[in-house]
Amino acid sequence: MSRRDYLLRKFSLALITVLVVVIINFVLFRILPGDPVRAVIGRNVRISPETQEALRIQFGLDKPLFFNLDSGNWLDSQFFNTLGQWAQGNLGISWSLRKPVAEVLGAKLGNTLLLIGLGQFLSIILGVGLGLVAGWKRKTPLDVGALMFSLIAWAIPTFWLGIILLAAGSTWLGLPTGGIVSPGNVGKPLYTVIPDLARHLILPTLTLTILYMGEYMLIMRSSILEVLSEDYILTAKAKGFSTMQVLWRHALKNAMLPIVTIIALNLGFTVSGAIYIETVYSYDGLGKLFQTALTKQDYPLLQGAFLLLAFSVIVANMLADILYTTLDPRVRAS
Amino acid sequence: MQQGWILFKRNAADFWRVFSRNRLGIAGAFLVVSAVTVAIIAPLLTPYTPQEIIRDAAGRGMTFAPPTAHGPLGTDDGGRDVWTQLVYGARISLTVGFLAGFIAMFIGSLLGIIAGYFGGATDTLLMRITDVLLVIPDLPLMLVLVATLRQMDLKISPLLVLIMVIGLLYWTSTARLIRSQVLSIKERQFVYRARAIGAGHWHIISRHILPQIMPLIVANTVLILSTAILIESGLAFLGLGDPTQPSWGTMLNFAFDRNAVTNGAWWFYLPPGLAIVWVTLGCVLLGNVLEEMLNPRLSAHHLEGEQKILAGKGGS
Repeated sequence: MSRRDYLLRKFSLALITVLVVVIINFVLFRILPGDPVRAVIGRNVRISPETQEALRIQFGLDKPLFFNLDSGNWLDSQFFNTLGQWAQGNLGISWSLRKPVAEVLGAKLGNTLLLIGLGQFLSIILGVGLGLVAGWKRKTPLDVGALMFSLIAWAIPTFWLGIILLAAGSTWLGLPTGGIVSPGNVGKPLYTVIPDLARHLILPTLTLTILYMGEYMLIMRSSILEVLSEDYILTAKAKGFSTMQVLWRHALKNAMLPIVTIIALNLGFTVSGAIYIETVYSYDGLGKLFQTALTKQDYPLLQGAFLLLAFSVIVANMLADILYTTLDPRVRAS
Repeated sequence: MQQGWILFKRNAADFWRVFSRNRLGIAGAFLVVSAVTVAIIAPLLTPYTPQEIIRDAAGRGMTFAPPTAHGPLGTDDGGRDVWTQLVYGARISLTVGFLAGFIAMFIGSLLGIIAGYFGGATDTLLMRITDVLLVIPDLPLMLVLVATLRQMDLKISPLLVLIMVIGLLYWTSTARLIRSQVLSIKERQFVYRARAIGAGHWHIISRHILPQIMPLIVANTVLILSTAILIESGLAFLGLGDPTQPSWGTMLNFAFDRNAVTNGAWWFYLPPGLAIVWVTLGCVLLGNVLEEMLNPRLSAHHLEGEQKILAGKGGS
């Protein structure tokens, strides 16, 4: 398969996935009990039947669900009109916050990216480093210990690890139990309160790092073992390079390739981690928002958040595929 | 693989002899079997019921009583016995996890066999579906699904909703694994011979292919169980469990919401989490060892075994 065909296939897969997500989102919203007008304006708003009918027409809820076969324009249906709204970034109004969903999501996105970014950065550095050493010193106590660590990190529920670190960190180290900054600093631009922000970030970041590290370590370990058995490593040794030079220059570069795809493929998993950890640490990001929307049964917010998260993960996956073909000369050539 | 299956099916003694020498396998089996035993005999392990309020000598409910005041694990915020909730919680957590895991395993195996055996357009379609499902972030999807289903007033128990949603979403990795096995098995001589003498699809699948992939299905099921139990605990922690039938995840949801952490009530939030780790670790150890034993393919290049540990980790 040529590179163009490969990318085209990945792109169409991403497109189909987005379509599936959009359809799921649309259908779920429609099968909720009660009048759809209620679903748009909120359950507890008092309106007369006339207003309700007017709204029904205004929101296009009198139109067919998927295909408008009676009119000249087949696409003049609830589904395609909603799709058009979503494409313009209009995700409806949050019931609980009485603000446009897109605005609410936009305000939290940065906080989540900060947390996930920090956690990923640390876990990649530590995981790759530890995996490299574990693979190099295979079957030593260090290797076995690293394997046990990743096994246990896998078996621990994310949120429970968060609760334990929260309890330990706040009791013994006096770290804050939640939030993104102290109450006195709420509302100030984050870069002006960096020391306070950092103190709040320590525990959630640590939880995320422990969580992701095990997996990166395992992948790096098997990747490095594979690379070390290659002939060019033997050649490099024979040419007189030191072990460190071989590891650094020859082995690491090639072993890093799988990590690139794993990072992006893991993004769905990363998103799950963010939902749990932000809930445990009351960290003011998308994950916490998702959980709040869930408990308050705020459907427009829930669905908007789902749409945003799913869309980001799908796009990141596609980008990783493209990046991989650029990085790996073998894929590039074939 | 056939060798492994014969060991497994006809010669339980031989299987046990090999298995009992594997320390990790024994440890895993112990963890799983002990948890299942506790779940079954729960009422025998405690004099209380999960909802019963423990009272002190003066008749007041004992809230957040430490293990030193009320053994063995103290009480929760409402004065209920934590140990009792823990052993009864095992029933809920294990039932939901096992049922969801079995559903996922059944769908995955069925679709994997169909895709691998029939090939062609069926295969392409089924594999595209798994591709799509693998990319959609699983936890947000499950949360939206569960929230909607519960809102719909279907008169079904919240636990059943959890079982269905987990079971219907976690079959993709099993389907891919089974498919790749079926693809290689259907090219073997004995399948060609069976077809040559006029055997139908059903006969070939049930008599020739299924026995070959059964060991893999068994090992994979144990691994899927650990994922299902983790996911259940996560969804329950986020408040989607059944408050009247608390699982370990629901207990943690209560503990967290009712400030067990700030009250220093470690006996309330540590045991349920340890119980979850107990079972999931047991399943992962057991699953990996079974896979290694029953699938000679893996013993040929042991590097694969390590990656398997992570296969199928979902939203927890």
